[in-house]
Amino acid sequence: MSEVKFISPETLEQAVDAYYKSSKEGKTKILAGGTDLLVQIRSGISQPDTIIDIKNIKELKEISNDNGSYTIGAAVAGAVLDEEEDFGNNWPGVLEALRLIGSEQIQGRASLGGNLCNASPAGDSVPALIASGATVKVHGPEGERNMPIESFHAGPGKTNLKNGEIVVNFQFPKKQKCSGDAYLRMIPRTEMDIAVVGCAVNVTIENDKCVDARVALGAVAPTALLVEDASKALIGSNFEKEAVEKAALACEAACNPIDDKRGTISYRKKVSKVLFKRALEKAIERAKKG
Amino acid sequence: MAKIQVKTKINGEETEFLCQPYDTVLDVLRKDLNMTGTKEVCSTGDCGACSITMDGRLVCSCLVLAAETEDKNIETIEGMAKNGKFNVLQKTFLEHAALQCGICTPGMLVAAKSLLEKNTNPTETEIRYWLAGNLCRCTGYDKIVKAVQAAAEEIRENA
Repeated sequence: MSEVKFISPETLEQAVDAYYKSSKEGKTKILAGGTDLLVQIRSGISQPDTIIDIKNIKELKEISNDNGSYTIGAAVAGAVLDEEEDFGNNWPGVLEALRLIGSEQIQGRASLGGNLCNASPAGDSVPALIASGATVKVHGPEGERNMPIESFHAGPGKTNLKNGEIVVNFQFPKKQKCSGDAYLRMIPRTEMDIAVVGCAVNVTIENDKCVDARVALGAVAPTALLVEDASKALIGSNFEKEAVEKAALACEAACNPIDDKRGTISYRKKVSKVLFKRALEKAIERAKKG
Repeated sequence: MAKIQVKTKINGEETEFLCQPYDTVLDVLRKDLNMTGTKEVCSTGDCGACSITMDGRLVCSCLVLAAETEDKNIETIEGMAKNGKFNVLQKTFLEHAALQCGICTPGMLVAAKSLLEKNTNPTETEIRYWLAGNLCRCTGYDKIVKAVQAAAEEIRENA
């Protein structure tokens, strides 16, 4: 093994500079919670010659609430976010999606940023982030930019980050009155498994009418999807049976899944409809509570 | 190869060690510091046998690089008994026969202690969820859960 470097910069600029330079020379990995990366290193899938630990950078560990608009650092661990009571009241769907990942030990380390950058099509927090309408701030050699979560991924294990770009934080919109989000996933076991289908729904209700809706699916395509046709079917409706059915069919149509030991293509498509309806019900229930 | 020098606190004691970039905390604990109470089983974060706390957070030491622990506060099973006296959980695990082969036990104890520090009155469901990342292939968990409940009760009584 050639010389492996471990660096833990304290500023974003230092991290981006090191990342940009080292990834030109060899294989560099960013280390957040390490719950994916260390497993990949151990199994030989990933053998980086530079590891950049970004957890000493302030912005990546910060949680802030600006008049109802949350900013969550990319490396904030699930167990830490869980203690931020008001975040869970605002975005219960995002929190439940993040908290579904692994055991309490994993939650001590696993982060939204890590889940996003690992770019698994089945990453649980990704559909919930998409449905919430959050954007992700990235910092690179050319400065900062914001990306909608739904355009972050290029394929399984691949992101649209440019060379040297690091995910900094997630910016959530101010939660609308009478809105609610929810995330559900289907797994073959009861806990701690990889989603066969994941579905997140975020709805806003005014006078019993759906005035806004975002529906996202995970594990049914090369990347998590924003299902715009499902949103269209819901917006303006009273969630009557026909509208919900139309939105469910839009979910099914959006699926482009793989066939594997966890679920066949037809199973995943069918489950996407069922899961969407259940997640919608939960989101509506939360929206009605305010 | 140049090793990384790390200064950290383990069970309250300032500790210095040298490690390679790929070394995990588990590697260093067991191989370099001869602290073999923390067990290595799956090495991929699935079984919880290597549970420790770092700055008060429950983590798998197989999923933490040793180089990350600079200036951290690490607690392992070796720090659980104080002045030759068992922690209440160690006592109730014995009283309830909550172990057989013993390999999962250090991880169970560290994880259970971390739960009881957060919540001294957990429901059975909360205990089972909290310990879901600690796999035991011998006892079937019932005795473990009962031992944690008994320890929680004792902590509440003595509070």
